[in-house]
Amino acid sequence: MFSRAYRAAITIPPLLWVALFLVLPYALLFCYSFWSVSPAQAIVHSWTLNNYRELFRVNVYLQTLFRSMWIAARVTIFSLLLGYPLAYYLSFGAGARKDFLYQLVIIPLWVSYLVRAYAWKTILGSGGVLNTLLQYVHLTNHPLNFLLYSPFAVVLTLTHIYTPFTFLPIFASLEHIPRNLIEASHDLGASPLQTFWRVVLPLSIPGVLAGATFAFVLSLGDFLAPLLLGGPSGIMISNIVVSLFGAAYNWPLGAAISFGMLVLVIGLLFLSERLEKKWSFR
Amino acid sequence: MELPMSSPNRSHWLPWHAALVFGFLYLPIVTLIVYSFNGSGVGGFPPRDFTLDWYRELFTDDAIWNSVLNSLFVAFAAVAIALALGIPAALALDRANFPGKALFRRLVLLPLILPGIITGLSLLMLFREGGMKLSLVTIILGHGTALISVATTEVFAGLQKLDRAQEEASLDLGANYWQTFWRVTLPNLRLSIIGAALLIFTLSMDEIAVSFFLIGRDNTLPLEIWGRLRRGITPEINAISTIIFVFSLAAIVTWYRLRARAEGRVEIAAELVEAAS
Repeated sequence: MFSRAYRAAITIPPLLWVALFLVLPYALLFCYSFWSVSPAQAIVHSWTLNNYRELFRVNVYLQTLFRSMWIAARVTIFSLLLGYPLAYYLSFGAGARKDFLYQLVIIPLWVSYLVRAYAWKTILGSGGVLNTLLQYVHLTNHPLNFLLYSPFAVVLTLTHIYTPFTFLPIFASLEHIPRNLIEASHDLGASPLQTFWRVVLPLSIPGVLAGATFAFVLSLGDFLAPLLLGGPSGIMISNIVVSLFGAAYNWPLGAAISFGMLVLVIGLLFLSERLEKKWSFR
Repeated sequence: MELPMSSPNRSHWLPWHAALVFGFLYLPIVTLIVYSFNGSGVGGFPPRDFTLDWYRELFTDDAIWNSVLNSLFVAFAAVAIALALGIPAALALDRANFPGKALFRRLVLLPLILPGIITGLSLLMLFREGGMKLSLVTIILGHGTALISVATTEVFAGLQKLDRAQEEASLDLGANYWQTFWRVTLPNLRLSIIGAALLIFTLSMDEIAVSFFLIGRDNTLPLEIWGRLRRGITPEINAISTIIFVFSLAAIVTWYRLRARAEGRVEIAAELVEAAS
């Protein structure tokens, strides 16, 4: 029904645009990671593996990467612990309030990420809301300093940011479970716990995987929360990249780290998609 | 249907857990709003000295308002770019075959799934190699490109519900493709397009990780806030954030009303058709 010209008109412009502003930039990132900087701080366009050697030679890069992965892993686990039961409650227990509560989970997403991170800073700081509250009710008599400028603050803030994101796919997968499967499980004599364990949970695994991947990948690459709340012990891998692109002025090395991150992330996305396929029924 | 779930052993703690999570999600937002009215600044419990001073100060702060204007400009332009490319891309995914179609579908999603720093840096390198000076234009190109997938996904979903017979009828009756697109296809996709536009607009207004690397001389609002945070905390940030929050809330509510009304109309129409046949 659609002519050749019509199909060309809807296909070619988006393809060209994406090639120019998406494929080319990612390809450039790859190229940059093999270039170097001259002493006069110009980019040298000749190929070398030195940047990648540097990554494995200097301990701080891998150490920071592992610390970032550990922070991201904690964020993922906490987001699941908060998001899964919430999604379960909304899907099975909330009854008529389901739609309203669903909106209530979404609304925080409309407050800017930066502003929410900032709000946590005003809560956790030594003169902040939490510390003055604790002193006000005489639970402590001096401010607790570990609250802000620590990995704890980063994990807390990122968990706050990504809980709704993990909630959403889990809720969607729970909503798709045919309710008569659950009835059948009950009729066949399974206890509620058995029903959850053997029917509901396996069917919601694709949602869990999607949510967990999202939380892990996005918190792994975050650099604003660590800058704002992390202090020296909360530095993450992207902070190193930011400094390499700023004051340290070594774009190629920064590109090598970013490209490593890109490969890691795409590997995780691929893995999660494979697992999702394996777990999805129908 | 919540029949088997109302068994006692789980309904006990689930509502409490939900309340706790909501508390956690809303604590910073409530704090933000409360302390925008706090006379003695941010922090310090209990809040005291109710004041509107921070709002007064905000309204005379030209740098903030300039950045708001910049952000609005960027967001509108990003919506235009993302729609101008996202709608054809959705049509192409729906009704054309081209080499690399599956790859294309994944590729446009990448900027949303990858940490923003990767997309931001990659574009920074593109603009540097292309000799382009960083400005609001580079941010617009970044946002527009990163958000194409939002338009594509929404419009593609809308296309699945579209009755192709209408377009066929239009073509049979002598309209050309262009007329059919403007008069049949687009009006039918209206809701998906408005939804996508709203989402792209708010995402662009909030975006910071990509903008961080593409910023020239003019700040967007998130970058202006970022700059101030580096210098220290001021309740003016609470005030501007509260205002933006109220506006976004109004936008979501309007959008839901709009959609509910439109969906209601579709349902009524469907019932009428059913009754008539």
